[in-house]
Amino acid sequence: MSIGTVPLKFRVTIDNKQCMACARCVENCSYGVFRMENGVVRVSPRHCVACHRCLAMCPRDAISIEERPVDYRSHPLWTTDVKEAIFNQARTGKIIVGGMGNALPYPVIFDRLVLDACQVTNPSIDPLREPMELRTYLGKKPSHLDLLTKINGDVELISTLVPNLKLETPIMIGHMSYGAISLNAQTSLAKAVNEIGTFMGTGEGGLHESLYPYQGNMIVQVASGRFGVDINYLERGAAIEIKIGQGAKPGIGGHLPGEKVNREVSVTRMIPEGSDAISPAPHHDIYSIEDLKQLVRGLKEATEWKKPVFVKIAAVHNSAAIAAGIARSSADAIVIDGFRGGTGAAPRVFRDHVGIPVEAAIASVDAKLRQQGIRNEVSIIASGGIRESADVAKIIALGADAVYIGTAALIALGCRVCGTCNRGVCAWGIATQRPDLVKRLDPETGSKQVANLIHGWTDELAELMGAAGINSIESLRGNRDRLRSYMLDEALMTVLDVKSVGA
Amino acid sequence: MCGIIGVIDRKRELMDGSSIRQALSRMNERGSGEGAGYVAYGVFPEFKNYYAIHVFFDNIHESKGAVDALLSEWGTIVHDEEIPTSDHARIRKVHTPWRYFFKPDATLMPRSTAPEEDIVTYIVMRVNTTMTGVLIFSSGKNIGVFKASGWPEDVADFYKIHEYKGYIWLGHNRYPTNTPGWWGGAHPFNLLNWSVVHNGEITSYGTNRRYIESYGYQCTMFTDTEVVAYLVDLLVRRHGLSAEMAVKALAPPFWDEIDRMPEKERLLHTAIRLTYGPALMNGPFAIVVANENSIVGFTDRIKLRPLVSGEFGNRLFISSEEAAIRTMEPDVEKIVMPRAGSPIVGRLIA
Repeated sequence: MSIGTVPLKFRVTIDNKQCMACARCVENCSYGVFRMENGVVRVSPRHCVACHRCLAMCPRDAISIEERPVDYRSHPLWTTDVKEAIFNQARTGKIIVGGMGNALPYPVIFDRLVLDACQVTNPSIDPLREPMELRTYLGKKPSHLDLLTKINGDVELISTLVPNLKLETPIMIGHMSYGAISLNAQTSLAKAVNEIGTFMGTGEGGLHESLYPYQGNMIVQVASGRFGVDINYLERGAAIEIKIGQGAKPGIGGHLPGEKVNREVSVTRMIPEGSDAISPAPHHDIYSIEDLKQLVRGLKEATEWKKPVFVKIAAVHNSAAIAAGIARSSADAIVIDGFRGGTGAAPRVFRDHVGIPVEAAIASVDAKLRQQGIRNEVSIIASGGIRESADVAKIIALGADAVYIGTAALIALGCRVCGTCNRGVCAWGIATQRPDLVKRLDPETGSKQVANLIHGWTDELAELMGAAGINSIESLRGNRDRLRSYMLDEALMTVLDVKSVGA
Repeated sequence: MCGIIGVIDRKRELMDGSSIRQALSRMNERGSGEGAGYVAYGVFPEFKNYYAIHVFFDNIHESKGAVDALLSEWGTIVHDEEIPTSDHARIRKVHTPWRYFFKPDATLMPRSTAPEEDIVTYIVMRVNTTMTGVLIFSSGKNIGVFKASGWPEDVADFYKIHEYKGYIWLGHNRYPTNTPGWWGGAHPFNLLNWSVVHNGEITSYGTNRRYIESYGYQCTMFTDTEVVAYLVDLLVRRHGLSAEMAVKALAPPFWDEIDRMPEKERLLHTAIRLTYGPALMNGPFAIVVANENSIVGFTDRIKLRPLVSGEFGNRLFISSEEAAIRTMEPDVEKIVMPRAGSPIVGRLIA
């Protein structure tokens, strides 16, 4: 006990004048903050993670939650988080695991980039009155076309195109596995992408039978643990994604705690019930780029070259060269997952300290592929920290074809980003497998909310493009002339290939 | 704003520059007197087998030696001379315009399938990106660009274009916003046998430029128009597309239209859009592109700039304004306003 009690993270108070002792908070809090004693609600604030389920369910606004009511003496170096991590490890001697994405206050590059709009010399285009094209094709494309003009003037296409994914919006939902999130959460996402005409990833968790109706909009993942992979799974996907790395934890594999592996999860993942699902750090059949090439071809052979194969890597220092290597395989698209990407569970040290921001990674990958003259032959998908439609517009202008969103889609389902997905007791029914919690999330309502979000962003993106005098997403892609940096340093401006505001 | 005009005589009958001068000044409301230019095809019959490299020198003594040396390194200068000009009250001669007739040595680019063209392209890019005070603004065979800062009629008189006879002419009346007063910023833009006049602004320039640069072109003229010349060169000369198909890549039909096409056509247009997405040009524009055999006029996909065509005998006219065409040929027939994205093509038939 030499460390003793640390200050409260959250103070939870109940206004007894408001409270009507309905016990909804008691019922809804899966972290055990509330209990009923003699008709009065009592709190154990130390359990609170600020997931706000109680707030959202309280009919009388009787609950208030205050962050760090008593804090340590402020210090720029020995911050609260640093000190508490030390206490934690002094007690346990273990690696600290957390959920969600990078929690350090690094500057956000997106917020230092501004978009352009037309004035006078060219008219802005009104998407309500003129066509505005967001349709995006993901997959390999030829570098040039062979056409044959016949004597009668008809033009015949000689080149053959390989299958591409057709998206009606450049916004997709990234890979969050069944296991990490609940089936109701996955079903909500699946119904939403099906309605919108876009795609989502299964994550490394297999494809649950009940999602088969939506398989045409699902990208199945093959990761280092190969969980849930068989020919049935591969054939059901609209595309296949090989996951090499993840932005939240570059360099290490996934970890699904055994508590989350119930019967259904076990069947879908093809692992024993209750066992930890730990994916190896590397794929043990990929020790070099040519091995990756073989796996890409292997998956294509297995599915008769009918499906695009994506390769996802974490955004790291050398992403550009790695991506150039991937582009030379038969891979159709490269997913670059930035260091702000979310996760169900990651070691804190990786989550906060390894990898680079997606903005810089996309800019350098796009530039490298252009230098090598192969940019348009492969698609680039950006993920990790895309928060709003402006981020989508900016990352496309930096060179991405499309984006994956993850956390944003979960927020649309109610997630408050409390960062405790790893505990498996998500009160919103998202990152949990506990039946009583899962049933809180109604896939009908959930899918509507997620579809609304993508719809709203898509409309905003169309408006932004129109304002910039662009009526086709191809003309936004890599169009860094339509971005300006606001207070970014010169080195980063060179990497991003953007000018300063006013220049 | 800007006003553009182009004419081709499909039987190669030659026209002197006096009537296009009149037509272009008819559109002075579209210009500001800070840039105008012409290009004519067929103007150097005695040197027709040589590349006519036109150069603006800021100072002959300072930089001509370096250009002579570079050209001699890559081939033979058959003849060179100062481009004749007349003293003109309203044109300040800030550059000395010069022309070389040049024969590249094809053996110096052994691995190329079009060594002469590649050598000339290389020289243009090299000079324009690395030499200060020098700009190559015309590099085709039997082709001359005449441009400067001023009103169209003054620029025409300055270069005495009524003394040149060509079977294709393009003209441009400029209202500059970006590089006023700079001769290099006036149109037409030219590379090899491609010449471009353009009214508008290309909002996709950043995408188009990066695409074209990955094929070794370098944009050096601080304007979005030059990218059009390079895109056409890439699509038509290097990738072998017809003019019509190149326009379908640069200003393609909307997906809604493509979705409604019969299957074969749908696949063709889908393939074009997928392959040439980065070449798609967005923003308001009307453009006329010429090479030694044809002229092609087209607009952006929603026709935010005017374009009209007319015919008379063997001649096809394309312009921003019907009034300009009528100035050149009062009896013009078949006045047509093409739909957005559909090209008007005039080809030689003799």
